[in-house]
Amino acid sequence: MSDLMKVSSNPHIRSRATTGSIMGAVVLALLPATFFGVYHFGLRVLTLILVTVASAVLTEYIYELLMKKKITVNDLSATVTGLLLALNLPPAAPLWIGVVGGVFAILVVKMLFGGLGQNFMNPALGARCFLMISFASIMTNFECDACSGVTPLAALKAGESVNVMDMIIGNTGGTIGETSMIAIVAGACILILLDVIDLRIPGSYIVSFVVFIVLFGGRGFDSAYISAQLAGGGLMLGAFFMATDYVTRPITKRGQYVFGIFLGILTGIFRLFGPGAEGVSYAIIIGNLLVPLIEKVTLPKAFGKGGERA
Amino acid sequence: MGKQDTEHTGNAGERLYNGIIKENPTLVLMLGMCPTLAVTTSAVNGLGMGLTTMVVLALSNAIISLLRNIIPDKVRIPAFIVIIASFVTVAEMVLQAYLPFLYQALGIYIPLIVVNCIILGRAESYASKNPVIPSLFDGIGMGLGFSAALTMIGAVREILGAGEVFGIHFMPAAYVPFSIFVLAPGAFFVLAVLTAIQNKVKINGEKKGRDMSRIQSGCNSDCASCGDGGCARRFYGGSEKEIAPGKNGGAQHTEGEVK
Repeated sequence: MSDLMKVSSNPHIRSRATTGSIMGAVVLALLPATFFGVYHFGLRVLTLILVTVASAVLTEYIYELLMKKKITVNDLSATVTGLLLALNLPPAAPLWIGVVGGVFAILVVKMLFGGLGQNFMNPALGARCFLMISFASIMTNFECDACSGVTPLAALKAGESVNVMDMIIGNTGGTIGETSMIAIVAGACILILLDVIDLRIPGSYIVSFVVFIVLFGGRGFDSAYISAQLAGGGLMLGAFFMATDYVTRPITKRGQYVFGIFLGILTGIFRLFGPGAEGVSYAIIIGNLLVPLIEKVTLPKAFGKGGERA
Repeated sequence: MGKQDTEHTGNAGERLYNGIIKENPTLVLMLGMCPTLAVTTSAVNGLGMGLTTMVVLALSNAIISLLRNIIPDKVRIPAFIVIIASFVTVAEMVLQAYLPFLYQALGIYIPLIVVNCIILGRAESYASKNPVIPSLFDGIGMGLGFSAALTMIGAVREILGAGEVFGIHFMPAAYVPFSIFVLAPGAFFVLAVLTAIQNKVKINGEKKGRDMSRIQSGCNSDCASCGDGGCARRFYGGSEKEIAPGKNGGAQHTEGEVK
């Protein structure tokens, strides 16, 4: 009996990559932006980040304990959610904002829909938008010791001039993790080198956004304006770390281009024609909702199906 | 339209229990979602909407039941709507005269009671087949169930979104209200959680061996608009296991086709 051939279902080729290793890489890639945020906004921000991450992880742990499910906090996905959410909070936010956001992200957006892999929307961004709507005055208060209360994007929208070099380095107001373009791109390079993400979504997102800005921004091809729009706000963080979330992006390659282009156009519309200066988070969660539709229309043909009959 | 539906006949007390608990129109049948989501920004609004609907529902049920042998089958829907619309108009004018603050708060949603599918649903599935007294109590029971659900949703939204209930502020001063709960998304959150609690109670009851099959009547109710959601929820637990072998069978089938 022992020499029966064992037949199992696919996949037959296995990779060493696990959810934990991929999420670990994402945490590693977020560290430059995190450190810059702590350096730029002061040590208080570190407490806020730790509280937010802890509440996200604890929520997942307690929920799984109560529901008698397998404990999955070791796969680090809750850590990534908590960290991304914290990087999206304004530096002056009180600690309870982090707790409320962490609980909402994990409990409502992730666990109630079935846990990792089942959530239809990026949990960190879902929680950020929940907080934005609930506590608008806290979430848009960007005052800090090192900066004026106005984010460069808001200044840009008001027609003031901004220092692009400061924006690229990150010496400006904004949420904890979004200010430094250099730190974010450095983290993104880590992810690309480790083969965790590819450039399909971020590339098509950023290129289509630039095209939109050139066409409708009213300034033509003004390189200072365009680089300010690119470096300002959450565009880089969103494009590299949140739009590329494995769970909420399309799985088809063509779908990923469609997704990126859609996000670029939507972000452009929100930034240029919307009432606020920023629109990355809303653009991405609206994009998340369209993912099933995008996947349906970009489904590749199976081998041997379709085509001309000989 | 059968003349007598034996399952649905019952005395007044049974009708009230049915409307409030067993077939609660909001939490069980999932009917009348538009006012449920739109006006429950506070407990008072929810209660006002619920009671107004209850009055209309009870009276229209009674009149439709009285006329059930006269109205021809083919034109019953327009006839029901005329009766319902008359009562809604009366209710609207009474509110405008005596409760102007509520009239202001509910706004367009008062005339929209005409198209509330609870009222038409009860007319179609109960009042047009049953005698006057049970129909009247069916309307009152359904109306009370609707009012209870709307008041609950309104109260939760008011507590979380404004820190007060029935206009009485009681949360500590340090509490920062979650203003999302008085906005549209909050209605969905609260309704979903209340429905989930209701389902949990029902599933627990089934585990203990009590017959709960008729509590969630989304499946066997006459109202076509609410069938699917109820069925999907009821059979969800069982169907997962049943689907799995079916999928395997399907995969084998396609393999055969390829060969």
